[in-house]
Amino acid sequence: MSESKNISSHQTACSRAYKLGKKPSFQDIILTLSDYWARQGCVILQPYDSEVGAGTLHPATTLRALGDKPWKAAYVQPSRRPKDARYGENPNRLGHYYQYQVILKPNPINLQQLYLDSLYEIGIDPKLHDIRFVEDDWENPTVGAWGLGWEVWCDGMEVSQYTYFQQVGGFDCKPVSGELTYGLERLTMYVQGVENVYDIDFNGNGVSYGDVFLENEKQQSAFNFEHSDAAMLKRWFEDAEKQCGILLANNLPLPAFDWALKSSHLFNLLDARGVVSPTERQSFIARVRDLAKGCAASWLETQQGASK
Amino acid sequence: MSEFLLELFSEEIPARMQKRAMEDLVRLLDEGFKKAGILQCEFESFVAPRRLGVGVTDLPTATPEVREEKKGPKLGASQAAIDGFIRAAGIASISEARIESDAKKGDYYVVDVVKAGAKTTEIIAELVPQIIRNFPWPKSMRWGEGSLRWVRPLHRVLALFDGEIVPFEIEGIKASNQTEGHRFHGNGVFAVANFADYKTKIAAANVIIDREVRKASILVQAGEICAKNGLELVDDIGLLEEVCGLVDKPFVILGQMDAAFLDLPPEVIRLTLRLNQKYFVANDKATGKLAPYFIVVSNVNASDGGKAIALGNARVLSARLNDARYFWDLDRKTPLASRVAKLDTLVFHEKLGSVGEKVKRIVELAGEIAPLVGANVDDAKRAALLCKADLTTEMVGEFPELQGIMGRYYASLGAVPSRPPIYRGAVERMPPPLQVGEELASVANAIAEHYKPIGPSDNVPTHPVSIAVALADKFDTLVGFFAIGEKPTGSGDPYALRRAALGIIRIILENELHLNYYDLVEYLTVEALTNLALKAVDEAGTISNIAIERGYSEETIHEIVGAETHTHQWAGRRVFEEGIARVKKGLPSFFLDRLKIYLRDQGFEHDIIDAAYAIDDDDLVRIVNRIKALSIFLKTTEGENLLAGYKRAANILKAEEKKGWESADAVVNPSLFKENAEMSLFATLGEISSDLAVFLAKEDFAGALGALSSLRSPIYAFLDDVLVNDADASIRQNRLALLAQLRQMMAKIADFECIRGN
Repeated sequence: MSESKNISSHQTACSRAYKLGKKPSFQDIILTLSDYWARQGCVILQPYDSEVGAGTLHPATTLRALGDKPWKAAYVQPSRRPKDARYGENPNRLGHYYQYQVILKPNPINLQQLYLDSLYEIGIDPKLHDIRFVEDDWENPTVGAWGLGWEVWCDGMEVSQYTYFQQVGGFDCKPVSGELTYGLERLTMYVQGVENVYDIDFNGNGVSYGDVFLENEKQQSAFNFEHSDAAMLKRWFEDAEKQCGILLANNLPLPAFDWALKSSHLFNLLDARGVVSPTERQSFIARVRDLAKGCAASWLETQQGASK
Repeated sequence: MSEFLLELFSEEIPARMQKRAMEDLVRLLDEGFKKAGILQCEFESFVAPRRLGVGVTDLPTATPEVREEKKGPKLGASQAAIDGFIRAAGIASISEARIESDAKKGDYYVVDVVKAGAKTTEIIAELVPQIIRNFPWPKSMRWGEGSLRWVRPLHRVLALFDGEIVPFEIEGIKASNQTEGHRFHGNGVFAVANFADYKTKIAAANVIIDREVRKASILVQAGEICAKNGLELVDDIGLLEEVCGLVDKPFVILGQMDAAFLDLPPEVIRLTLRLNQKYFVANDKATGKLAPYFIVVSNVNASDGGKAIALGNARVLSARLNDARYFWDLDRKTPLASRVAKLDTLVFHEKLGSVGEKVKRIVELAGEIAPLVGANVDDAKRAALLCKADLTTEMVGEFPELQGIMGRYYASLGAVPSRPPIYRGAVERMPPPLQVGEELASVANAIAEHYKPIGPSDNVPTHPVSIAVALADKFDTLVGFFAIGEKPTGSGDPYALRRAALGIIRIILENELHLNYYDLVEYLTVEALTNLALKAVDEAGTISNIAIERGYSEETIHEIVGAETHTHQWAGRRVFEEGIARVKKGLPSFFLDRLKIYLRDQGFEHDIIDAAYAIDDDDLVRIVNRIKALSIFLKTTEGENLLAGYKRAANILKAEEKKGWESADAVVNPSLFKENAEMSLFATLGEISSDLAVFLAKEDFAGALGALSSLRSPIYAFLDDVLVNDADASIRQNRLALLAQLRQMMAKIADFECIRGN
């Protein structure tokens, strides 16, 4: 692990915390990951300003994974999963949480080592902890994407998803992107040794994750399960779908993708409300996928997405 | 002899694919070698998470030159035939061919084709890249900028022939003599000289390449740890197979879980440990009950002896079990019975409707079956109504394997005191008091048992209520899928219909249930198809509704789809009739095939099975009792002799029947007897006929066969002493009638015609 030692001599938020004899805070981990991936040549982006179900859906991943232009980016992405909301009563499930997302196109051949080094930086020593790559094939039917890879386990806890993208929007990824998704809350719970997500030390200065997000979880859960208006959601879904179509017809894949994301989120809200029958579900997913495919195809025609 | 070592070094290979990959690698190399003329060698394959490889010994350094005589067309054959031969034999002109002749063919061309030998390294350099490119991984991928596919990125190919690198390259990866060991306990990249050197160095780099050794090591370590702590390891072969593919070298660690979790159903704890965490579980040696420990197989020999790993895993496990507890508490807030309505939204099969619709059918059928199997009708119907309700619970959503088992828990809950969850600061989040529905034990059990038998080694339900629901559910599945034409094919059985049929057979036979199988099938066919037909009517309705929505006028719609009501009825009737035809055509023979396979697995001969099955009977228990009695009887001397006598008699009849004689009209007239043997056979037939009736009424087939065996000597005497073909037509007729009577009597037990004689 000579490489790791070399890297860890660099000062990061995490290493400063450890030096003070403290466990790193939630934001120390975010800052350290950004610092680390910036050193690997990534552009450090900010979260996408639209509701998404996963960091993968940020256009910096979904669209940039297409075409042959090299690309390296890292960012935090708040992810909304209305159905997983639990009124703040479950210590491990959230309707809104953070993912740390890294995409490297093409994937460097030493990506596994780069990833392990990033864990080392936030204080996970692979000679003290049991790190395992366990088969997990990733698929996102709403954007017609799939890849092969693993979930990464640290002492039995899934801390990351590691994927080699094979297809996005139904198009082959050439070259292949390597995608890393860190579950930030889980990782922090692990590093801090806490059992309830709301007990996470957010800033190392007296603010907990619960202080920041508990009220939000409660209110959003009430919205997701009790107060969302299914008729309106359906109407908005159809409007979003239409808007996306209009933009695609005008070769504007980036705004079109925004509306595909909107429709995807509206579908998730409908699903959480329990008003989508299984057959309808399939048809909703197919409709969102068509939009995403349209965006992918149109993106490939543009300057940024174009193949040489 | 020579040696070849191949190691394909990649990122982590999914555990479930490793064993198969090892076998495929050997098979493909062997096939390739054979094709190239290397007929014999020894393979020693190995696999670990990051490598797949094989050592091949007893190899030749080259293959010998092969001479082959290639025969061509006759002299004077057409030019096209001669040109074809020239191409095939690889010669420049026909003058290079010899001419030979034989008596049959006359003069013809012959060429001695010489296939040059090849160096084994050349064969390998060509073969291995081909194998890599076409390797049959269940799923493979591309990576980086290349187009090569492998299960995960392939980093290195080690290929040594007698210590020399075999020179080849695949997509920029050059064959080398280098490899590396354990990801965290290795010592970087190193070179090896040969297979023996590889084995030594790879072991020193903390990789056990033999998966059997890894498995054994896990068991030994786990056994030692258990013994030290008064525990007994619970065997789990499936988990062992998987876990040995997740580590280069196993280090087994004992972890402790909070004993407070032990009040969760043990099935939930075991599944959480096994499926989610891949831990082995252990029972307390003293009580035999699940112990609050878990056994984790780590890939690292941690510098703190595994303390951090045990602690970390325990924390993850707590989170998982708290999750399970959350489901458990939440599920218990809703009585099982009030979940039934929700099943209407759960699709069973697109064409067969919702699970709710299936449940309605099962309720009716279970009610029909209940009295036949000695179950209380109301209980059977109640159990059927509830049997799928747990599919809507959070716990079954998380662990589908617990379907039925959770239903039993939720149905049989007593008043459960609520208790605080085990995570900190949660007292204010305590669940409200639970409302529980208490079902009868027989009903609750049936909910769990109606899925049984789940596999060939699983036992069958034995309680009457469970039997009624299990049979109803399986019959419904079989009939439904046959009705929509989804029967199993040679390779695929996605709806597990074979398992359902075998389940029915085993439940009936092992419980000795006297059921009229075909009546049940017929009843259910109508029941299931009525539903289907109604669906079709709905769909036809939808077609016209769409037409209305799109603004077509009534008249146009009528023109398009015909008179609306007409169309609906037509659609419904068509579905109904097609369904019945499919079930009638497919299900009985499918069922019979399963029964035959089951009985053959039990060691019965197929001709005896056929002989018993040929009797018009749809009571499986009776059929199998016949088979059992016949199998024993035909192994005795009496049985053999009786069968031989029967065959002789039957052959005479068959010969006559071929000529147009009809046994149906034949009546025996004792006044026409001339020989003693005739009389004695007739008398014996008369004597045993009432015995036989009594035995058959009691379904005592051994007794019936015993009674038949007294026919043996009269039959032999008759066949030896009496000439059937008498000149007097009426005597001849009478003798044939006597034999026909014999045949008819024996046919009450089985169709002896089906049985092979010796």
